[in-house]
Amino acid sequence: MEKNYMRLEFLSKSTNESFARVVVAAFASQLDPTLEELSDIKTAVSEAVTNAIIHGYEYQEGIIVVEARIIDDEIEIVVEDKGVGIEDVQKAMEPFYTSKPDLERSGMGFTVMETFMDSLEVESKKGEGTRVKMRKKFKSLSSKE
Amino acid sequence: MHISVEKHKENLLVQFKGELDHHSSEIVRQKIDQQYLDQNIRNIILDLRGLTFMDSSGIGLIMGRYKNCIEKKGKMFIVNDNPQVEKILKMSGLLKIINVYPTIESAIENI
Repeated sequence: MEKNYMRLEFLSKSTNESFARVVVAAFASQLDPTLEELSDIKTAVSEAVTNAIIHGYEYQEGIIVVEARIIDDEIEIVVEDKGVGIEDVQKAMEPFYTSKPDLERSGMGFTVMETFMDSLEVESKKGEGTRVKMRKKFKSLSSKE
Repeated sequence: MHISVEKHKENLLVQFKGELDHHSSEIVRQKIDQQYLDQNIRNIILDLRGLTFMDSSGIGLIMGRYKNCIEKKGKMFIVNDNPQVEKILKMSGLLKIINVYPTIESAIENI
């Protein structure tokens, strides 16, 4: 069983959205993913980090932690903030629902994470923060001998 | 993110280059909306072929501009050949209301 782990901490600034997704994609590239798989991961990380900045910290300064773990041909990514938390996680995960319609948010963030990754778990506590855990298996590697 | 916004008769041609996310969408929104105030402009053509990345912030941006277009009784056209961008466009349902063309010329022909 192959194992690898990384942890990244950064300020909740929107310039760090691209930084976070590029770092995770670079870490994931040791699994020899296809371009599509890599793009899926970048998009899912971007959504989770953007949520932490806009909703978790509501544009205030805070620390976002991104962790990634590789176990065999699977990657597990955790994005965590210590922000305001989500009152109703189920509602937040509904497609097109947004708590900030004035900001022209599409309400698609969680739907993108769900669609582009194999699994998504969201844990949140009001006033304490949100933890998003996603997993994806790399088919490119599983099909190799 | 580089963006060029040009007026062609009653069409606004917007060409993207780079990564469209929450961070870059704000400035893009301002640039498009500023030019779209021009009374003679009705239609918007979004050329997404130069994008190397787009997440749901891009969807929000397109939806917002589409609404402005409808209010002005104009039409919106997308030019794209990138499968990653297409995947997220498709997921959002935008492809049901906005037509996608492979080139700017073919989009203009259909206005």
